[in-house]
Amino acid sequence: MNRATIDVWVGVFVAAGFAGLLFLALKVGNLASFSTSQTYQVQAKFANIGGLKIRAPVKSAGVVVGRVSEVRFDNESYEAIVTFNLDTRFQFPRDTAAKILTSGLLGEQYVGLEAGGDGVMLKQGDRLRLTQSAVVLENLISQFLFSKAAEDKDAKDKK
Amino acid sequence: MTDSAAVEIERLSFGYDSGRPVLHDISLAMPRGKVIGIMGQSGCGKTTLLRIIGGARQPDSGTARVLGTLVNGLDGDALYALRRKMGMLFQFGALFTDMSVYDNVAFPLREHTDLPDELIRDLVLMKLEAVGLRGASRLTPAELSGGMARRVALARAIALDPQLILYDEPFTALDPISFAIIARLIRRLNDALGATSVIVSHDVKECLDIVDYMVFMTAGRIVAEGAPEAMRGSSEPFVSQFVHGQSDGPIPFHYPAPAYGDDLAVGAAHG
Amino acid sequence: MAEGGRTGGVAPLLERLGGAVTARIWRLGFASRFFGYMLLHSGTALRRFQLTIREIYFAGVQSLIIILVSGLFVGMVLGLQGYDTLQRYGSSEALGILVALSLVRELGPVVAGLLFASRAGSAITAEIGLMKATEQIAAMEMMAVDPIARVVAPRFWAGVISMPLLAAMFSAMGIFGGYLVGVKLIGVDEGAFWSQMQASVDVREDILNGVIKSIVFGVAVTWIAVFEGYDAQPTAEGVSSATTRTVVTSSLAILALDFVLTALMFTGGNAR
Repeated sequence: MNRATIDVWVGVFVAAGFAGLLFLALKVGNLASFSTSQTYQVQAKFANIGGLKIRAPVKSAGVVVGRVSEVRFDNESYEAIVTFNLDTRFQFPRDTAAKILTSGLLGEQYVGLEAGGDGVMLKQGDRLRLTQSAVVLENLISQFLFSKAAEDKDAKDKK
Repeated sequence: MTDSAAVEIERLSFGYDSGRPVLHDISLAMPRGKVIGIMGQSGCGKTTLLRIIGGARQPDSGTARVLGTLVNGLDGDALYALRRKMGMLFQFGALFTDMSVYDNVAFPLREHTDLPDELIRDLVLMKLEAVGLRGASRLTPAELSGGMARRVALARAIALDPQLILYDEPFTALDPISFAIIARLIRRLNDALGATSVIVSHDVKECLDIVDYMVFMTAGRIVAEGAPEAMRGSSEPFVSQFVHGQSDGPIPFHYPAPAYGDDLAVGAAHG
Repeated sequence: MAEGGRTGGVAPLLERLGGAVTARIWRLGFASRFFGYMLLHSGTALRRFQLTIREIYFAGVQSLIIILVSGLFVGMVLGLQGYDTLQRYGSSEALGILVALSLVRELGPVVAGLLFASRAGSAITAEIGLMKATEQIAAMEMMAVDPIARVVAPRFWAGVISMPLLAAMFSAMGIFGGYLVGVKLIGVDEGAFWSQMQASVDVREDILNGVIKSIVFGVAVTWIAVFEGYDAQPTAEGVSSATTRTVVTSSLAILALDFVLTALMFTGGNAR
């Protein structure tokens, strides 16, 4: 094995390695889509955020428009304050509503924005007033069980 | 004689661990320009002595002075500087198996000099010519016979024209022809380079033909030394046992053991 | 030994335990000093980079086939198994996320590291051990050439450079395998496969952390491999047992380090 052959193979190897990394960064990851664009920060208060995590997507009409950057607990109102970075390409009215939604039955949680009708747009540091908390599965199930029990009772009474 | 000695050893003792000394109180002077043979059985400490001369081991007491430099207590850089003036032939040659014959001989030149490639090429071919293997420069060590590998290693050992060449069992496992070639090369290269050679070996008869001075060691001590003719006629029992290859003598045939009868429990069985 | 057994009791047992622990710790210290010395004497390996390139060929290029083929199969199996599980919950489009995250975060670095340890690590140990057994290392020392700078350091750096590249290729190949099975064979929607993956795989959090893992594994595996080779008994048995030790120790090191790194990297961001 002479030196030139080794050099060529090592060159191919290193190039393939970097191609692999590039594939991971661009095609698999989200490097191309977000990290370079300008963002502005908006906050919202939720009574319950469920399983919302930092860097969860913020979507409007199903399109990703930003990401959750911070989740903290407010000691005065006993609520969660969620901060998200929105892409400056997307502007929303001031009375936009934020909901915590789940993708699929057991999927990840994300923030959904529903645009309002106000003429003034959101700007850096604004707070969204209309929010809807996460649906907690336990609450849902207990509600379902109560109503089921009530139905059963009705059915028995009719007999 | 002492001031021009290549290697001077004074009252040197050494042990790999404290309970098992290998060399006892050895004093020896090797004059420049000579070929010196150190003979002895396997395990008598002669290879250890060679390692101390090469600076691979530190003596427990006493001094070893090589080419005018004290080797005990020598640190990394100074030791490497001294080793550039030495060449060593290992028992089986120790050629670098991942390089060709040419690259093996060029190795010390490339590592220690900034010579241009053409000059290195000329030097390598000269060294290979000296051992008669210029034609084999493209082969790999795996394609060489034992004797040829030894000769390539010799060419590598003399690549930097050393003042002191150490040979660790250079004749082990060689056929008689290769044996004679290596022996003659050792003598001829020593005289051509004006170097000093130290051969550690147990092939007494052949060594007697090429050395200028002979040292006999047993159990870590020097028992006899002198010119080869004197050694051939020596009446010292160890030397004559060694030179004439007798199985029993001062070196006993039996390893030390309790009395034979006691060990077989002949007495106890009846008692 | 026989005397110790006859006396019985706890003392000789404790003594042996103490002896074993002391020996291990001594060896760890020795390995650390060796590591430091190797880093200090890496000048030659980096200045004469041709030496390192040669070793990248042996450590990296020659591991390429096994890494690519294993990556493909691991990805294909992930595709099959992942689909089987996900479709029970009606979220088979999440297959892309499952395949990509498991590969990029865990399987890529870990499996590539294990393969690298058994393919390249063992070869490095055997090569250095054999050089020691045939006195090539001693010969180099006698030629006033530092074998750690000339033989050990280039192999170490070659391993450290090769490992993250191999892990990246393994992950990329695995995702391709998952794509083949999930999209081409089973028929998961191609758009959903890629877009869901892109939405949930973060470059810094997932991919960069995976790369960091693979660099750490590369350092650990090659360090163990060169040390075991350099420290091997210079006999045939010595070299073979050192080779075995390299594979066992570096596999355990990869798994243990993976746990530590995962705990540091992936819980911090998500829990709070």
